[in-house]
Amino acid sequence: MEYTLNVLVTDDEMGMREGTARALAHFTTRFEELDAVVSYTVQTAASGEETLALIEEIQPDILLLDYKLPGMSGLDVLAKIQDRVREMITVMITAYASLETAITATKQGAFDFLAKPFTPQELRAAVRKATNQLLLVREAQRLAEEKRRIRFEFISVLAHELKAPLNAVESYLSLMKEQPPNADPDMFKHSVARALVRIQGMRKLIFDLIDMTRIESGTMVRKLAEHDLTALARAAMETQEPLAAARGITLSLEAPQPVPAVVDRTEIEIVLNNLLSNAVKYNRDQGSVTLRCERKDGAVVIEVADTGIGMADKDVERLFGDFVRIRNEKTSHIEGSGLGLSTVKKIAGLYGGQVAVTSTPDVGSVFTFSLPDA
Amino acid sequence: MASERKILIVDDDIDCREQVSMILRGYGYDVITAASQAEGEEILLRTQPSLAVLDLMMEEMDSGFVLCHTIKKLYPDLPVILLTGVTAATGMSFKTQDARARRWIEADVMLDKPVRPEELRNAVAKLLEA
Repeated sequence: MEYTLNVLVTDDEMGMREGTARALAHFTTRFEELDAVVSYTVQTAASGEETLALIEEIQPDILLLDYKLPGMSGLDVLAKIQDRVREMITVMITAYASLETAITATKQGAFDFLAKPFTPQELRAAVRKATNQLLLVREAQRLAEEKRRIRFEFISVLAHELKAPLNAVESYLSLMKEQPPNADPDMFKHSVARALVRIQGMRKLIFDLIDMTRIESGTMVRKLAEHDLTALARAAMETQEPLAAARGITLSLEAPQPVPAVVDRTEIEIVLNNLLSNAVKYNRDQGSVTLRCERKDGAVVIEVADTGIGMADKDVERLFGDFVRIRNEKTSHIEGSGLGLSTVKKIAGLYGGQVAVTSTPDVGSVFTFSLPDA
Repeated sequence: MASERKILIVDDDIDCREQVSMILRGYGYDVITAASQAEGEEILLRTQPSLAVLDLMMEEMDSGFVLCHTIKKLYPDLPVILLTGVTAATGMSFKTQDARARRWIEADVMLDKPVRPEELRNAVAKLLEA
């Protein structure tokens, strides 16, 4: 990115103003790590009063401010521009570089000092340093803004996801209350059944949210200890067994030997439960789910393969985001919070590991969760 | 005539579809349901219902508008009720009296979700009598 920054030079000596403007006129400086190339336009002011007026008018990025000015001093100017210290970097120019002056000016928001007389090289070095600071401050502000935006988006999606089941349940209840005259006798039963499904979905969402916030906030005390992953996998499969059996789905575990690893048991249980419940939910009736657990190429790998509806490449790309649910005709009847896989990904991150998926529509998906072998 | 009382319901939300079906069946109408704009179009090509109840947002944000447009092209006199949760979600209202906007939307009646049984019944009865 190329930037042109506005520099305002305040000095009561014309020679200083002109010399400074000349030294910066064709100066370009590069910041590799910020991917920025910066050049400058320079304006000058001869007094404190003129400086304040120009600050309003041109909103400079960098102010080179002489300490000793006739009338209003450099410090007086600093005192008046306190509220701009975040957008504008001020470098004090002074011939009397006493410690006391430095402390006062720094307290009032000056970023750096340049002692008179200075060479063009010294001037450019000071401007480069100020530019670096300015770019870092702006980058930090941008990131903070981005974080606020993501948080806001998350909350608004969450509110929507919580409201949807509530609306559905409310509608079923009002339907039962104001029964149409020729209502089917099964209507009542059916409404209750669907309302319960939606309430269970809402509960799952809330539980997933609790898991996720615990992991993200770091408030959950992690208990890292050696566990046999195949034993955890077997237990997770038992939990899913009734749901799978109801739809004729076979669950099998391929783990020829114990796979001990240092993990937090709860975290791995969340991972296994999410991957397995998805493999069952998005499977076809009479399908199968195979969980493999092994040590491979210096990593511990948990692989969950299903024979389900699979998904298109464009869906794979966004699958691990918050509240992402692949919505199409094949998934419209399946309940889910859209938080399970994003939580799995966050847990993988805690171990420096990763989660990946390969999928073929109508054939199935294979999720691979791998942790570096600790 | 039974054919005069056949209503097409198109909504990608299984519960909304169920609820609208239950309400209309309860008032003695026959219903056919579709879970997407595409499925709705398919049904419309082989059968002409006497009224359609469409959800606004399905595969796309404006699936309901598009489907409504298709219906009016195929069967200009077929009344359409458009259901929208948009008001609840965004505070935006499509229930505008603005004549140009109404022409653009093409639906005969717009109802907010969640649907109230009485309100839906009244709207359907009025459109089918007209």
